[in-house]
Amino acid sequence: MQPSDPAASAASAGPPGVPAFVQRPPEGAYRRLNPTTKLVIAVVEALTAFVLRGWTGLVIVLALVVVTAAVARIGRAMLPFMLATIPLIASILLVNTFLYPGATDAIVRIGPLTPSWSGLEFATQAALRVVAFALSVAVFGLTTRPDDLVSDLERRGLGRRVGFVISATLRTVPRILQRAGEITEAQRARGMDTEGGIWRRVRGVLPLAGPLIFGALTDVEEQAMALEARAFSAPARRTVLRTFPDSPAQRTLRWALLATLLLVVGLSVSGRLEFLP
Amino acid sequence: MTLALRGVRYRYAGAAAAALEGVSLTLEPGHVLGVVGPNGAGKSTLCLVAAGLAPATIGGELAGEVRIDGVTTASSRPHELAQRCGILFQNPTTQLSGTSATVWEEVAFGPRNLGLPLEEVVARVDAALDALTIRPLADRDPERLSGGQAQLVALAGVLALRPAYLVLDEPTSQLDPQGTRLVGTAIGELARQTGAGVLVVEHKTDLLATIAEQVAVLVAGSVVASDEAASILADARLEAWGIESPSRIRIERAARRAGVHLVSEVEA
Repeated sequence: MQPSDPAASAASAGPPGVPAFVQRPPEGAYRRLNPTTKLVIAVVEALTAFVLRGWTGLVIVLALVVVTAAVARIGRAMLPFMLATIPLIASILLVNTFLYPGATDAIVRIGPLTPSWSGLEFATQAALRVVAFALSVAVFGLTTRPDDLVSDLERRGLGRRVGFVISATLRTVPRILQRAGEITEAQRARGMDTEGGIWRRVRGVLPLAGPLIFGALTDVEEQAMALEARAFSAPARRTVLRTFPDSPAQRTLRWALLATLLLVVGLSVSGRLEFLP
Repeated sequence: MTLALRGVRYRYAGAAAAALEGVSLTLEPGHVLGVVGPNGAGKSTLCLVAAGLAPATIGGELAGEVRIDGVTTASSRPHELAQRCGILFQNPTTQLSGTSATVWEEVAFGPRNLGLPLEEVVARVDAALDALTIRPLADRDPERLSGGQAQLVALAGVLALRPAYLVLDEPTSQLDPQGTRLVGTAIGELARQTGAGVLVVEHKTDLLATIAEQVAVLVAGSVVASDEAASILADARLEAWGIESPSRIRIERAARRAGVHLVSEVEA
């Protein structure tokens, strides 16, 4: 074995013989948390933002997200997630501010349009809920590799088919985008105009959709056979390549978070949290 | 101990005509059997049938018998077949699981499915990477490989299941000349290194001339000729069957027609 050999040089602590580049130990306190713990935190944050009415849930969740983002040092990386919410936030703000049903507290009258304070408040809360949801997902996505999550869930007994679907879906999106790019390039090379105004771009989508969808369907049969040829349907439980540190404290945190979420949902549905601002 | 097809007739579900008719072939461990034929001859179907994927996975009707080391494919489950006979398809990208972050994990996909002990998984992955001399790719993302590299990784993934036989369905058809050389060299070494029997379907008779010991010609779903590679690939009927002869043979014939005497390297 040569010194430049990645498999040889990367062998390290962990399961014997499994190279370090497969173990991929995460760096940083938050990233080192068990993937399932990070998943539970993200789910509880995202749902709390929607379940708790008023400002309370939003403030709590946004504060938590900001703190975890700071601890994980991913502040700048969250910018694309923020930008992705802009179209939705803009529409929420416009529709609710101008068309809030039954609002009488007008801010100003602009011809037939009457934006209202109550509409603006509702819109701001709804927009912040979307932001809290997006950022909760962003913190999770930026601190957890999909493979790590699937590996940990498989170790906990998740079926291989479910694990495969999750993992393959997460890795298929970039593949489809790449294929769409290749088809677009091929069509452009044959004279199709795929740039310019919005209608021209919309017209360009139709010839793209056909090859993309039919190509994907054609691949599915071969992929299914390739999976069978690699013993995917074997009845044994899959061998786990990586294990992720877990601790009684993390287990307690997970159960506590889930219990809190259930409690909040119950109280919110029964109207016992109306006193919260 | 052989992979044997006896009087095989296979018809796809919903098809009126059979794709294979009366096919009999025998593949022994450590040997390379080439199959050549024009487009639509049933070569890919032959691969699916030989590996037991047809009809088990894709349906259809199979008559005759396919036995792998004495066990019929019809009586075996897919994951059992995978350990007896591996199959490699034409398109390298559809064979990768799409779930692995590194080549090492991609090759480990099959052994992990079998639930083998971790030490055994590691040993098999390392052996497969070494057999195809692709260990330097181990830490690379499988989605970011050249066509030839991806095909070798897919082949390593099959090898890691340690099948006694390998069925390769035009493994170089989507590769450039460099990728073809890369994969061709690896296939040529496979039978010798691993002791596996290799059935390779190929359009490229030049490649078959260098790696196959026996060659069968498949035309319209039936084997019309089968013999030693040198004999079949020099057969004058190849062109009539829609198969291009190896370039060496074509050059020799052209030279003969032109009255030119070619001096071989040995003679020179």
